[in-house]
Amino acid sequence: MIHVKGLTKYFGDLCAVNQIDLDIPRGEIMGLLGPNGAGKTTTLRMLTGFLRPTAGSIHVKDYAADEEALEIKKLIGYLPESAPLYHDMLVYDYLNYVADIRGLEKDRKQSQIRRLADLCGISEVMHRPIGELSRGYKQRVGLAHSMMNDPEILIVDEPTSGLDPNQIVEIRDIIRKIGKEKTVILSTHILSEAEATCDRIVIIDRGKIVADGSTETLSRSASGELVINISLKDADFDSVKAELGSVEGVRTTTLLKGDNEAGDTLDVKVTCEGVGDIRGEIYRKIKETDWVLLELHRETKTLENIFRELTREN
Amino acid sequence: MRQVTNICKKEFRSYFVSPIAYIVISIFLLVTGWFFFSVFFLYDQANLRNFFQLLPIIFSFVVPAITMRLFSEELNVGSYEILLTMPVTFWDVVLGKFLAGVGFLVCLLVPTVSYPITVSFLGQLDWGPVLGGYIGAVLLGATFTAIGLFASSLTRNQITAFIIGVAICFALTVIDRTLFFLPRTALGFIGYLGADFHFQNISRGIVDSRDILYFLSVSFVALYGARLVIQEKS
Repeated sequence: MIHVKGLTKYFGDLCAVNQIDLDIPRGEIMGLLGPNGAGKTTTLRMLTGFLRPTAGSIHVKDYAADEEALEIKKLIGYLPESAPLYHDMLVYDYLNYVADIRGLEKDRKQSQIRRLADLCGISEVMHRPIGELSRGYKQRVGLAHSMMNDPEILIVDEPTSGLDPNQIVEIRDIIRKIGKEKTVILSTHILSEAEATCDRIVIIDRGKIVADGSTETLSRSASGELVINISLKDADFDSVKAELGSVEGVRTTTLLKGDNEAGDTLDVKVTCEGVGDIRGEIYRKIKETDWVLLELHRETKTLENIFRELTREN
Repeated sequence: MRQVTNICKKEFRSYFVSPIAYIVISIFLLVTGWFFFSVFFLYDQANLRNFFQLLPIIFSFVVPAITMRLFSEELNVGSYEILLTMPVTFWDVVLGKFLAGVGFLVCLLVPTVSYPITVSFLGQLDWGPVLGGYIGAVLLGATFTAIGLFASSLTRNQITAFIIGVAICFALTVIDRTLFFLPRTALGFIGYLGADFHFQNISRGIVDSRDILYFLSVSFVALYGARLVIQEKS
């Protein structure tokens, strides 16, 4: 659907985006992550045709961005960061205007505006000036704006900033719903949001892609080893260490909490070679003893860790 | 063309949403009305020459006030990002806003038709120059609108846009009255640049293709400039 090659943007001497290559297939929700000033917004602005790249090419479907920008704009719905809308217009007038620009036919226009108003929850503010709306409502109006022509590609820049937790869940649901058949690109610096909504995550830092893949691939690639946390009762650490150490693949066993007195809970951390999942073997080993197994779980490296690891200042 | 109409309709409407339209129209009518009728009876002539003579100077202040928000506001709020990512070209945007400005200008001129009607009751009014004057007023206003639009595209500050617009329009208006400072060889050329010079020709009832060409070409240059500036911002 979208092919980006060697995308580069300079603002004067400042290199905002540096040689980005991306391939985004249809029906994918892609999350663009990165710290402030990493080049997220600049990348999105180039994809939407608002900024012209210094170098590199963008192809959307079969259209080249530098030649058929207008055709590409027809395919893309875009919600810029902080939804900059006309303050003096009424919400209804604004959506009506957008529908005209997007070339919706008269009979479809009203039903589409009504549908989007319901979807985005703005029916009750339709006759108020946009300037008087709260930030959350403005964001929703912007979202309705970006979906006016049922775009094949929806690009949203920090869609949930300024919304309350309920609204965030609603907006995520909307995005996921759209993402089933359409291509969605969203930028965010809220990691849980990317984890919750996106099929694929691209992390950029200082204008370069530093990671690209699904949440699982990213967590797997970032950690070479598997960490298992175990809570036991009626066990002493020395024998635990000895027993678990005999399981193939276990590298180290460390005590996290508890002591050797019987009756106390004992928390241990087991690190293993990153090849296979040996939780089964560990469980079987514990079953042979008379310890009480309270908890056994694999510690997944969260996106947060990966993100910090990859984008840390060096 | 469809997009030009859409943008024009939206801009034209938003003039009348804010109070600025009514303020500008009132002030314009007040000023022209006062300056015209305060001396009208002294001249004791049934014509609108005085009114049209005043118009370029008044326009060079009023028109930039109309146009100052067209681009500056969008740049300030950031809404031009939304505008330019919709399927419109730079020309659609520039022409849409320009035509909205011209449309508003016509609304500004319509109430002044009461002046010639009043005058026609008082004496034998020759409608030829009046008609020419109105054609000239629209052409002059359109040219100034284009210049104001260009000024507005330069900055996100509406006051700055207004001042730049007034400076250019005012310079074009008075340039042919400052000719005595200039070397003889440049006189013809500089004189030809003066907006007032061409406007006074038309308002005498002489619709000359050279004058029309002047207004059209200045408008075009200004609009093209605005388009380049907007394009350069991306």
